[in-house]
Amino acid sequence: MTTTDSATRPATATSTLDLAGVSRWYGNVVAVNDVSMSLGPGVTGLLGPNGAGKTTLLHMMAGFLAPSRGTVSLDGRSTWRNPEVYRRLGLVSEREAVHTFLTAYEFVLATAKLHKLPDPQSAARRAVALVEMEDAQDRRIGTYSKGMRQRTRVAAALVHDPQVLLLDEPFNGMDPRQRLHMMELLHSLGDGGRTILFSSHILEEVEQVSGTVQVMVAGRLAASGDFRTIRRLMTNRPHVFAIRSTDDRALAVALMAEPSVGGVELGRDGLTVRAGDYGAFTRALPKVALARGVRVHQLVPEDESLESVFSYLVEA
Amino acid sequence: MSTVSWITVRGLFGRRRFLLLLPLPLLLVLLAVLSRGLGVEPTDWGPPVLVGLGLAVVLPVVALIVGTGVLGAEIDDGTVVHVLTTPLPRWQIVLPKLAVAAGVTAVTVAIPLFVAGLLADSVRLGLALAIAAAVGALAYSALFVAVSLLTRRPVLLGLVYVLIWEGLLGNVITGTRVLSIQHYVIALADQLAPTDLLSTTVSVSVAVVMTVLISVAATFLAIDRLRSFSVAGETS
Repeated sequence: MTTTDSATRPATATSTLDLAGVSRWYGNVVAVNDVSMSLGPGVTGLLGPNGAGKTTLLHMMAGFLAPSRGTVSLDGRSTWRNPEVYRRLGLVSEREAVHTFLTAYEFVLATAKLHKLPDPQSAARRAVALVEMEDAQDRRIGTYSKGMRQRTRVAAALVHDPQVLLLDEPFNGMDPRQRLHMMELLHSLGDGGRTILFSSHILEEVEQVSGTVQVMVAGRLAASGDFRTIRRLMTNRPHVFAIRSTDDRALAVALMAEPSVGGVELGRDGLTVRAGDYGAFTRALPKVALARGVRVHQLVPEDESLESVFSYLVEA
Repeated sequence: MSTVSWITVRGLFGRRRFLLLLPLPLLLVLLAVLSRGLGVEPTDWGPPVLVGLGLAVVLPVVALIVGTGVLGAEIDDGTVVHVLTTPLPRWQIVLPKLAVAAGVTAVTVAIPLFVAGLLADSVRLGLALAIAAAVGALAYSALFVAVSLLTRRPVLLGLVYVLIWEGLLGNVITGTRVLSIQHYVIALADQLAPTDLLSTTVSVSVAVVMTVLISVAATFLAIDRLRSFSVAGETS
């Protein structure tokens, strides 16, 4: 993308966002529980199922929520009750909140003026170009699709060229081309030395954009670090299958001899098999069943929900 | 015009609730014209129209619609985050919004009150009502902007103040008038154009001091609350 390459300048300085023992609770409900992390230049994915506390954590990072305990600081200064941090920080919240009565250019220009930038017009044009919204920039935002509104909000968040950009579920509502462009934009911003954090509940999004990942489950930081390592951990976790066949007992005996099988439980409704290697087991099952003359009626993976993957990480 | 004021004005006039501002002032003028046209004595129609409708209903209700619209509506739809993610000191957000709210309310209410005062008595009464209403618009606006930041239901709380405190208790327990902006406005207007059509137990000095006190305190409260503005997580 030439637009992205030409418009994304390297950051003049880098910023670090630090969270130390951050918790947030609402009455008896703990939304975020004792999270510590340090985010430096590059793209980091904040991954977790819905309700994991990602948005609460992002709001605390962005200075829109006070931690019940712990501290959130940008380059050593608290983000709470400190508007000065917005000189270096941009936020794209999940809520599709935008002034529908303005055009994209007016909206981004207004943001540039609110930041008191020396040349708001050119900053606004640069930001609009960055998200490829030049063609529609003079139409009222109220006429935009969800993806276009999202890109407009990203342009507004980038107009002052912040060192830190926080995005809450930025790919929601975007079509594949827009997602690709947004991913490239985040990549180039990260490569330029900016600290980018985006939240998502979709593994593949995080995989494509970021090398570093923070995984949240039930308010806790379940895993942190290189995505490939965590992904491997996810892939190699035990998989549970429910199987029904013409002879469950014979099939159970045969499966126990397979190296990919960690355990078999024989129940009234069939077998529950725990396999260590998803691919090896699914390849072995038909051969074993054929060799024993057993017909498999049903094979259902039981724990393929994202929540179960994340839960496994907590235990791992 | 500052960028905050510009966005606020565009937002205010771009929303349909702005249309709610029109019927009450029009009703006020219509009743005054009808009363005058039908030859009804000003002493008969003046108090109910000027005070009962103009100062007790039109002024606070218009101030409530506008005052909760300049910030409360942005909080409701989440667009306030756009202004808040800038390094602007929070007073530079609250003061322009308050100025827009007070200005729009003053213009919307002062003109029909001037017309009604003119028809009831004289140009002087019309001007007195308009000036006092503009002062009241500032106090009401400061109060309702602050209320927008104190509660998620600013309109409801504002209506409780206007209808229950000022409307009901203000008529039954005269002591409550010391905390009634409506009575400050009546006292100010009566001072500027003494007339039998306006009466209150609140003295002018109390009215002036309390108007300043409420306006300043509410503004400071709003600025402080905006510094601590929290966004509720939708998916936590």
